[in-house]
Amino acid sequence: MTKSLLIISRQAPWSGPGAKEALDIVLAGGAFDLPIGLLFMDDGTFQLVPEQNAAALQQKNLTANLQALAMFGVEDLYACRHSLNERGISPAGLAVADVQPLSAEEVRAVIDRYDQVITL
Amino acid sequence: MKFAIALYSAAHAPSSRRALRFAEAALAGGHEIVRLFFYQDGVHSASSNIVTPQDEQDIAQQWTTFISQHQLDGVVCIAAALRRGVLNEDEAARYQRPGVNLKAPWELSGLGQLHDAIQSADRLICFGGP
Repeated sequence: MTKSLLIISRQAPWSGPGAKEALDIVLAGGAFDLPIGLLFMDDGTFQLVPEQNAAALQQKNLTANLQALAMFGVEDLYACRHSLNERGISPAGLAVADVQPLSAEEVRAVIDRYDQVITL
Repeated sequence: MKFAIALYSAAHAPSSRRALRFAEAALAGGHEIVRLFFYQDGVHSASSNIVTPQDEQDIAQQWTTFISQHQLDGVVCIAAALRRGVLNEDEAARYQRPGVNLKAPWELSGLGQLHDAIQSADRLICFGGP
């Protein structure tokens, strides 16, 4: 039976290649049609902030890649509500559609539901 | 039990040593390692250019010896490696770079190898951070 995989992405988009490298695992899994979930947690929730000006930091914008996840068959997107709140990010206007904000209890349940977990 | 092991830290990070000791213990305990996958800064743990002071553990060399001795599948993510200047002969030639610092038994390959290892292992064990 195919094992499901949850990626927990914890790095801000401008803090180095970490956020992109977490996303690359997700996209590769989507390309192989594997059951994959992506949970944004801690500074990883900064990836969901709308209207980021990555060019001002001479970096590439990650938002378009995140928005393409559905096209790669990755539809299970979650964000830790506590991490969003801590950073003053409103769950209502996230840059990526259909991200489910989760309470701490729901985060635990989601982690439990997946066969394997990678935290980056 | 079949283990897949992923490492995200360079050879000088304690987590690289922990991953190596775990892998050694897994084999010593009669378990199988289906693949070792080196990602993010973990690609530096496969570099053959690391020079460790004589009175310190040479973890990069120990990784290479361990993987050769047990004929394990040591895979280094190609995208992560190129970004960090860890190149085998083919890639150094392709991008016209002067140095080669990835040699046998290591292989450069893609993230599909990580997913494949996850699917064939009973457990994925990840090592990262300090």
